[in-house]
Amino acid sequence: MSEHPRLVQVRQSILKRNDVAARALRERFHQAGTYVVSLVSSPGAGKTEFLEKILGQLRGTDRVAAIVGDLATDNDARRLARSQAPVRQITTGTVCHLEAEMIEAALEGWPLEQLDFLFIENVGNLVCPSTFDLGEDLRLVLVSVTEGEDKPQKYPAIFHTADIAIVTKTDLATAVGFDHQAAHRSIQAVRPGIEVFEVSAKTGAGMAPFLTALRSRRAAARPDRAPPQVGAGRPAVAHASGSGDRPRTPAGAGHEPPSIEDSPRQFGSP
Amino acid sequence: MHELSLALSILDIAEEQSQRHGGRVAAIHLRLGPLSGVVKAALISAYDLAREGTPLERAELIVEEVPIAAYCPACAAERAPISVQELRCPACGAPTPEILRGRELDVVALEIES
Repeated sequence: MSEHPRLVQVRQSILKRNDVAARALRERFHQAGTYVVSLVSSPGAGKTEFLEKILGQLRGTDRVAAIVGDLATDNDARRLARSQAPVRQITTGTVCHLEAEMIEAALEGWPLEQLDFLFIENVGNLVCPSTFDLGEDLRLVLVSVTEGEDKPQKYPAIFHTADIAIVTKTDLATAVGFDHQAAHRSIQAVRPGIEVFEVSAKTGAGMAPFLTALRSRRAAARPDRAPPQVGAGRPAVAHASGSGDRPRTPAGAGHEPPSIEDSPRQFGSP
Repeated sequence: MHELSLALSILDIAEEQSQRHGGRVAAIHLRLGPLSGVVKAALISAYDLAREGTPLERAELIVEEVPIAAYCPACAAERAPISVQELRCPACGAPTPEILRGRELDVVALEIES
């Protein structure tokens, strides 16, 4: 007790375990050519309905699946399953967020290389999910018009980890006196430059531009796996390291994107 | 309640390091950024719960909150943004999307008594 304690430098992230798992997942998704999108929001912001519409609309052209995290029920998973896309549920019990290892466990037995898009619906919570990387390519943060325009100000950390913001339930905007300009100002204040989409999953308004953006993001991130119909979008300069370390493409296939339009669309068929 | 699982991670790190260096851990120094998504008070109370009955029962958690730093493209310099809610340069008002520091959630040092 009387001795002076020694000070030992450590410098280790508390999140190391999750970060290591997330990095492994990201590498796996990249290898498989699966583009992974996660959704975060407060409870009731409309993640499930929005995702149900996305799955339904992408299913005609892309191979899609979803993982949904929920505290106790499988209600959301059952709603998503109506889209006919394969859905898996993670019941987190009392845990208020998903972690990379939970995703890893949920993927057990799923042939990722047969998926173009995998969506991960996080537990409804604007705080805890911000801390945990899931290995996803793209994180969407949703905020509904009924929540108030200053939501981003109250939860800046989650907006910081997000790549795209989605304003949902715009069909209710007039009824609740939603101030579009104030909301956009608020989002841009905490996350300058973030792309924002306004959608109504109920009426379908705004879904098309969002899906176009989603496809071009995937095309940029997975240039050798882009569906033939996607031409526009920015040049694929990002993720340049990916092309060299993917042994999936047969030798000589070089720059030719593999044709996938004839392959069966059902997930799970060999 | 993700603070509890983080508190357990802190104990794991400290336990592993104390075995490596030998001796009893008197304090754990942690650096916490405002964009880490973790609230200091919540983390400390979770830690107080988590350490009970462990070899680290008497190890104090000392949390240093570090300020946010961003790069201002207009000034071409590192700046402390106006606030976490308002990521703009305090000097010129330009948006500062590029965050340099502020997400820290790191154990940086241990005080060890032999």
